[in-house]
Amino acid sequence: MALDKQRFDTLILGAGGAGLNAALQLANANLKVAVVSKVFPTRSHTVAAQGGVNAALANVLPDNWHWHMFDTVKGSDYLGDQDAIEYMCREAIPTVYELEHNGVPFSRLPNGKIYQRAFGGQSQNFGGDQAARTCAAADRTGHAILHTLYQQNIRAKTHFYDEYFAVDLIKDEEGVVLGALVLNIATGEPLLIESKTTLLATGGCGQVFRTTSNAHINTGDGMAMALRAGLPLMDMEFFQFHPTGIAGKGMLITEGVRGEGGYLINKDGERFMEKYAPNAKDLASRDVVARSIVTEVREGRGCGPDGDHVMLKVDHLGEDVIAKRLPGIRESSKIFAGVDPVQDPIPVFPTAHYVMGGIPTDRFGRVMPTASDDGDPLPGLYAAGECACASVHGANRLGGNSLLDILVFGRLAGHNIIEYVKQNSAHRPLSDDSVAQSVDRLERWDVKGEGITVSELRKEFRKTMEDHAGVFRVEDMMADGVEKVKAIRDKLKDVRLTDHSATFNTNRTEALELENLIDVGLSIAVSALHRKESRGAHSRPDFPKREDGEWMKHTLYWKEGDKLEYKGVRSQPLTVESFPPKERVY
Amino acid sequence: MIDEGELKNLDRLRWQCRRGMLELDVLLEAFLEQHYSELPTRMQRHFIQLLEFPDPIIHAWCVGGEKPDDEEFAELVASIRATSVA
Repeated sequence: MALDKQRFDTLILGAGGAGLNAALQLANANLKVAVVSKVFPTRSHTVAAQGGVNAALANVLPDNWHWHMFDTVKGSDYLGDQDAIEYMCREAIPTVYELEHNGVPFSRLPNGKIYQRAFGGQSQNFGGDQAARTCAAADRTGHAILHTLYQQNIRAKTHFYDEYFAVDLIKDEEGVVLGALVLNIATGEPLLIESKTTLLATGGCGQVFRTTSNAHINTGDGMAMALRAGLPLMDMEFFQFHPTGIAGKGMLITEGVRGEGGYLINKDGERFMEKYAPNAKDLASRDVVARSIVTEVREGRGCGPDGDHVMLKVDHLGEDVIAKRLPGIRESSKIFAGVDPVQDPIPVFPTAHYVMGGIPTDRFGRVMPTASDDGDPLPGLYAAGECACASVHGANRLGGNSLLDILVFGRLAGHNIIEYVKQNSAHRPLSDDSVAQSVDRLERWDVKGEGITVSELRKEFRKTMEDHAGVFRVEDMMADGVEKVKAIRDKLKDVRLTDHSATFNTNRTEALELENLIDVGLSIAVSALHRKESRGAHSRPDFPKREDGEWMKHTLYWKEGDKLEYKGVRSQPLTVESFPPKERVY
Repeated sequence: MIDEGELKNLDRLRWQCRRGMLELDVLLEAFLEQHYSELPTRMQRHFIQLLEFPDPIIHAWCVGGEKPDDEEFAELVASIRATSVA
């Protein structure tokens, strides 16, 4: 196959907050930058982030980065790397000011400073009074940031490949990553983009689970590309589930509903949280509520014809309270669940929301290919955002730290790439084998004939992940799940497209996404099976305690042989004293 | 100006319905599959125009219940809100 080729200093895969903030640093430094995005950039999932960005600006209440660091380390259940967390919390401040100067319309205080709101998990003075640390642009923070960064990139002449799907990383003979093979979704034509440096910024992978709050685009593409390139994924067992998503659909029903007095019931009308959390009841922590819901369903007390969800009852609050204090919930429930919560309960089930794990990087966004703590980063390859794991969230992410993570590490990866390109100014020759392998993988989907459809296998896979690697994690069912997902991986070779057209072939794009989902799904299932403790979002009823002696270490998963290795948590910060592990009580 | 080819290119429109928000993915894709082909040309043009708006605005109209000023646009949004996705 004759391939069209383009050359850039840097190739960025993904156009969410991480990709666009990195691209802007690079384009402003006059590097030749390409951004590849499978959808139009401002339709990236960053647009769905409403909450805001944490930075210790101290505009509303006293604050400093060290308190922010304490909260983040504690929130991570002590699995976060404290050097990276210190760096992120310090860099949060210049990152937010840079966004402000670039034109992000942050909400303001009467004195003109950036308004900051209080969020759960934020404290003053190392666990004291509530802090107010989250900078927001009304309830459209993600959109405001994405829109601003996109416009600034257009000004700075970043080259955008909109509606191109990244297929695989391309390497040279020594294994150095030198760009990617991408597919023009509009024409079906592949394109080889050669680059001196490559940044993976492809976002999360919530679509591995049947019920998720993530958009359809969140299929873990960059994570799977890293796995196929022989790189590990780190801490993939740590997946944050929100307890109340609309059953079978995934859209979030805010915790505010339970805060206002809504409560959960099973098929017998029993208010079951009273059994699991007699004091906090429906306001128990997210993981407790999520696990209780799944337990009710597993023990045959679920609602609906398949008994696969529970109900969230709010009608007793009355129409006025629902309209006044829970705007949006009534509309969402009517449209996506077909019920009016003023009269009927809302069917709910835990929904996969955010993955703490990802492609392991150091605090400069450089990809770390081995379990060795003092090993070298892979030359020229970077990752940032939800697809990456700089290990700032550890086992659990705090609200307001996800936008922060993508913006800080996108920016810092950009700065580091500028230095790398100064010292590595020439393009290196590609490996023909590496290109051929990627083209083969693409052409495999041209095979016609009878077979399993993409949608059939995707449905089976996502249900299996939900049942065996979701909220409820015990040894036997997880071991069973790993075997089932491996069997599904074997079935991929029997999948055939139902549409072989060239232009805007969604069937082919979804087949490529399915390969990615399955590879990433296995990393979650295998990593979760082997972590025999409960920490942060990873909750094992058969190993209910956090075991710092044995398990204060990161999981690394490789696709080849479904191999696992571990490496220690970096508990030594850069300039301050380490926060030793303590019981996490709020 | 939206030409005839663009109106009929369902494959392209299907990809344009991939958004940054799950709510819009589900609603817009369902509307496209269930109702788009039966719409008069005028309303099909409006749908294509709608897809060019930023996600939070489409969300405010189609999920949040805000009403666009233009009456025909408001009619389209009402049809999208009434699409069966439950």
